[in-house]
Amino acid sequence: MNKHVVMNKPPRKRGTLSVKKISLAHGGGGKAMRDLIDDVFVNAFDNSHLAPLEDQARFSLDDLAKHGDRLAFTTDSYVVDPLFFPGGDIGKLAICGTVNDLAVGGATPLYLTCSMIIEEGIEIDLLRRIAASMAAEAKIAGVQIVTGDTKVVNRGCCDKVFINTAGIGVIRENCNLATGAAEPGDIILVNGLLGDHGATILAARGDMILDAPIESDCAALNGLIDALLDDCPEIRFIRDATRGGLATVLNEIAEASGVSIEISEDKTPLRAEVKGFCEILGLDPLYLANEGKLVMVVPPDSADKALKIMQSHPLGKGAAAIGEVGDWDAGRVTMLTSFGGRRIVDMLVGEQLPRIC
Amino acid sequence: MKYVDEFRDPEKARSLLKEINRLVTEIDTCKDRPIYIMEVCGGHTHSIFRYGIEGMLPKEIELIHGPGCPVCVLPMGRVDDCVALAEMPGTIFTTFGDAMRVPGSKKSLLQAKADGADVRMVYSPLDALQLAKENPDKEVVFFGLGFETTMPSTAFTVLQAKKDGINNFSLFCNHITIIPTVKAILDSPDMQIDGFLGPGHVSMVIGTRPYEFIASHYKRPLVVAGFEPLDVLHSVWMVLMQIVEGRAEIENQYARIVPDEGNDEALAAVAEVFELREFFEWRGLGSIDHSGVRMRKEFVAFDAERKFTVPDIKIADPKSCQCGEVLKGVIKPFDCKVFGKACTPETPLGALMVSSEGACAAYYQYGDPARMRELEKA
Repeated sequence: MNKHVVMNKPPRKRGTLSVKKISLAHGGGGKAMRDLIDDVFVNAFDNSHLAPLEDQARFSLDDLAKHGDRLAFTTDSYVVDPLFFPGGDIGKLAICGTVNDLAVGGATPLYLTCSMIIEEGIEIDLLRRIAASMAAEAKIAGVQIVTGDTKVVNRGCCDKVFINTAGIGVIRENCNLATGAAEPGDIILVNGLLGDHGATILAARGDMILDAPIESDCAALNGLIDALLDDCPEIRFIRDATRGGLATVLNEIAEASGVSIEISEDKTPLRAEVKGFCEILGLDPLYLANEGKLVMVVPPDSADKALKIMQSHPLGKGAAAIGEVGDWDAGRVTMLTSFGGRRIVDMLVGEQLPRIC
Repeated sequence: MKYVDEFRDPEKARSLLKEINRLVTEIDTCKDRPIYIMEVCGGHTHSIFRYGIEGMLPKEIELIHGPGCPVCVLPMGRVDDCVALAEMPGTIFTTFGDAMRVPGSKKSLLQAKADGADVRMVYSPLDALQLAKENPDKEVVFFGLGFETTMPSTAFTVLQAKKDGINNFSLFCNHITIIPTVKAILDSPDMQIDGFLGPGHVSMVIGTRPYEFIASHYKRPLVVAGFEPLDVLHSVWMVLMQIVEGRAEIENQYARIVPDEGNDEALAAVAEVFELREFFEWRGLGSIDHSGVRMRKEFVAFDAERKFTVPDIKIADPKSCQCGEVLKGVIKPFDCKVFGKACTPETPLGALMVSSEGACAAYYQYGDPARMRELEKA
C-alpha cells in the first residue's frame, strides 16, 4: 500500500539557479547548493536511480547478476587544462575514462558517480556544458550517473573544475583478463592511431603554437570490448593506454608476465601530424596519453580474428598487430626501428620534458 | 613525413652498412682494437640510441658519446644558483624543459617549483621576454643554456629586450662553447679517439672552419654530421673513408644546413652580447679555459649574475662518478661502478645520466648496443 502511495506522489519540484557564477554559497549545503545540483546535474543526468536524491544509489542484486558473476569497481579523477579541447572536454573524459577502466577488465559498465570540486567564480554555464557532455557520453556508453557530490572551494584552491567518477560494472562469467597472462608467442594488438590525445592537449595548452589538426581520441570503448570478448573470449589481457601511453602498458605486461615484448615501429599506427609534433618538441609518441585506445594481448591463433572484429567496429578501424611477446629477457620491451635498428622502450622516469635543441 | 622519411630509408641504410662493413676490413687498427669515433653532440647521441644505430654497426666500430649535451655538463653549483634565483620573491624563472630535472646539491628546479618557486618551461627565450612584458611587476629570469646552437636566439632576445627598454628581464647565462672542450679531450693523456662526428647545429652557426686544428694539429678526421639516422651512418662512413685513405680532414656531410663559413648574422649577435669567460666549470670534466661565455658589460642590466647575488658555490662532482672517463671514451657507461645502481635517471649522480642525450641515460633507457647486436644475430 505504502509503495503504491510513494509511486504516485507528484515528482519533486526541481530548483533552478538565477545567478551566473558559482559562489561559496553553492557549496554551503543550503538551498543554493540544492538549486545547483538540481539545475545543473539532476536535469542533465536524469534517471530513476538518481532522482530520489538519497545519500546513496540503490541497486537490485538480481538485476546486477544478469550481467555476470562478479562486481568490478573503479575510480578516477579528472583534471585537465584546458577543460575543452578538440575532440572532447573534461566531462567526456570523466565518463569515458571510468567506463574504459571497467570495460578493459571484462566488465559491463553500469553505474557511475560524479563528484565535482568547483572553483569559486566559474560560470555556471560552463558547468552546464560539462554536465551536458557527461550526459551525452553516458548515453553513448550505456551507463547511468546515479549519485554524486559537489564541493565549492575558494578561488585559487583548484583549477576551475576537478571531477571524480567512480564506476560499478559486472564482469562476465569465465572472463579473467590479467596483466600477468601474456605468454611467449602472443600477439600485441592496438585499436588505432596512438598519441592523439596527448598531442592534442599539449597543443591546446598553447605550450607550442602549432596549426596541427589533431583531435583527442577520447571514446568509450565498452562496445568494442564487448564485441571482442563475445567472439574472442581467449583474449588474455586488455588495457586502455592512457597516461604513460603504449610504452607504459607494454612495460607493465612484460614485468607482470615475466616476458619480453618486441614491437615494430613500422607497424605501430601514428598519425603524421603527431609524429611531426613530437619531432619538433623532442617527445616520444610511445609515451603520449590516449583516451580511446586499447592495448591487447591475444594468443597467436586468435590474432587475425580479433583484428577483424576490431577493424569492423567504428572505434577499431585503424587496428593493427604491432608486436609479439617473447622470452629472451623478462620484463624487457624493445622496438625494431623503421631504420632497421633495435632499441629498448623503457618506463618513463617522470614527466616527458621537451629537449633543448 | 616528407623531407624526413627520405633520411630514414632502411634500404639506403643497408647499403651504407654493407660499405661500412667492407671498410673496416681494410683498416689495420681494427685487427687489434675497435675504431673509436666520438659524436660530440648530444643530439647525435639521441639519434643513435633512438634508431638503434650503434647496434647496427659492426663491432669493430665503437661510438664514444661526447660532451655535447649542455644539460648534462651543467655543474651542480650552477643549478643551485638557478634555484636561488628562482626562489627570489617576485621572480618568474624560465627554462628549457629538460633542464628542470637536473639535480643541484639540494634540489632541482622541478623540486624548487614544487616548493613554491614560479618556474616555467619555455620553448624559446622570446617566450620569456614576452612573459616579462606581460608581468611588469615581476622579474623574469631566463636560464640561458646550450652551445652555439642556442646562443644566437638568447643574444637576439637580449638585444630585443634592450631595444624595447624592458627592465624586468634578465639572463642567467650558462652558454658554453664546444671547441675548447674538444681540445681539452684531445689533450687528455688517456684519450683514444680516431675520428669525430662534428655537431651539426653548432656548425650551422659557427661553420666548419673552427674545427681545422683537429685535422691539422691532432691529425684526426672530423665530419660535420646531420641528425637523421642516414646522416649519422653516412658520416661514420665518411670518417672511415678518411682513415682508410690515410686522410685527416674536416668534411661537411650536413651541407644542406651548414655553410662552411657559418651564419654571419647569428655570429654578430653573439659577439655583440657575449664575451668569453676565463674558464667555466663542466660537470664530469672540471674547469676548462675559455669554455663559457658571459654577457658584455654593456648588457649588465640584463645579466642576472650581476643584477642579483647568486651563491656561486662550487660543488664537487661525487667521487664515485666516472663521467669524465666515459666522456673521453676510456670506459663504457656500464663499466662505471655506480651505473644503474646509485646512479639512475631517477637519481642521477653524474652528468651523463641527467638528460636523455647523456650517454649513460641513453644506455640505461635504450639498452646496451652490444646486447642489441647479439640479439640481432640470435
